[in-house]
Amino acid sequence: MAAIKLNQDTIFTVLIYIFLSLLVIAIVYPLIYVVSASFSDPLALLNGEIWFLPIRPNLKAYKNVMENEQIWRGYKNTILYTVVGTAINLVLSIMVAYPLSRKDLKGANLVMIIIVITMFFRGGIVPLYLVVRRLGLTNTFWAMVIPTGVTTYNVIIMRTFFRATIPDELKDSAFIDGCSNIAFLLRIVLPLSGSILAVMVLFYSVFHWNDFFNALIYLSDRKLFPLQLILREILLQSNVEDMVGEDAGYLEHLLRSEALKYTVIIFASLPMLILYPFLQRFFVKGVMIGAIKG
Amino acid sequence: MVVVVGMLATFSNARYGIFNQIIRLFGGEPTYLLAKRELFQTIYVFSNAWQNTGWRAIIYMAALAGINPNLYEAAVVDGASRFRQIMHISLPGILPTIIILLILRIGRILNLAFHKILLMQNPLNMETSDVISTFVYRVGILEGNYSFSTAVGLFNAVLNLTLLFLANRFAKQMSETSLW
Repeated sequence: MAAIKLNQDTIFTVLIYIFLSLLVIAIVYPLIYVVSASFSDPLALLNGEIWFLPIRPNLKAYKNVMENEQIWRGYKNTILYTVVGTAINLVLSIMVAYPLSRKDLKGANLVMIIIVITMFFRGGIVPLYLVVRRLGLTNTFWAMVIPTGVTTYNVIIMRTFFRATIPDELKDSAFIDGCSNIAFLLRIVLPLSGSILAVMVLFYSVFHWNDFFNALIYLSDRKLFPLQLILREILLQSNVEDMVGEDAGYLEHLLRSEALKYTVIIFASLPMLILYPFLQRFFVKGVMIGAIKG
Repeated sequence: MVVVVGMLATFSNARYGIFNQIIRLFGGEPTYLLAKRELFQTIYVFSNAWQNTGWRAIIYMAALAGINPNLYEAAVVDGASRFRQIMHISLPGILPTIIILLILRIGRILNLAFHKILLMQNPLNMETSDVISTFVYRVGILEGNYSFSTAVGLFNAVLNLTLLFLANRFAKQMSETSLW
């Protein structure tokens, strides 16, 4: 009996290993391919010689990216949007989440319900766009950071956290000592909420880093374009052209642009790839907090 | 997001994309895959799975970590195989998480990954790639037809909400797990 059981388990374990190996290949291989392609000779790329390792490795494509003004400006804009946007997000989210977490706030439940409704039912992008335009925000720096000021889901996570970790007794004793509401928030609640603040910074900044859609609808001035929009132009819009024409000067152009694509991919995802291993535990924590329902 | 779609587009390029190299290896005819309207849905679904697996895995890992290890020990003592342990302990243990995530997804089923589709769209695959949200975007913001597209968007939102309620009620009846 024991032998059979062991046998069954062995087969099962082997199957799991096979499955996981395939999964790992499916996830890692495209990344390796992109890295190899970015270092390779573009000609090898066009001839389809690259399978795994770079062929005739060189740094030409990287040099091209470095010299590309648009990409640098996009980078700068994205960093600005991310930093300023996240700061605004953080302040606003705390201002919404903390009062709602207090049980002695009258009408908090009603406000909460209204907020939750917006998670699933909203007017859609057109009214939002009209509001932003009427406010005169389109084509300004602020269009990227103000309309995305608060994310409902994050507010709920934050409120749940405040409820769960800040005991009422703490508030009572602080008030007896003559502490005001604002001082209580700034001096006691926030220092105790380091982990949730880290999670929020992470969620919001990843959002801003990846955000291209707001830029797409609100911005038309190229000087304001974030990196993601520049990427979109380089990576996607040129592909349609590729199918149409083919002439003499075209090959030269093609060689440059193809190698550039892979390099740009690396360039744009590098910061997140580097930061991710350090931040993963915060991600996990954020998920755990989110799992506790509010 | 843009990076993922960019990779997709580059990989599926007709002349030198890696997908087509593989196709050629098996003797097939290379094409620009994103321009094929009959392939769009497949590409969308598989790339989405590829893109989201890691994140979902983190959520489920967190849920799995919450299962009491004593249960596994007891099952081993009773002679349960690995497969049985998964079926009778792990899956029931994370079932509430699965259901909650599923309900939330259903509430957004008509929104899909709008941004991603928008990026993958091109005139050649429009027939299969156009979804409500990209339609609203195109008619509303690009063509300036505000009132019509707002109505379409609102209708879509109502449908989403209805689906959410239905899914939640269904889940409550079947499993006693629900959003509220």
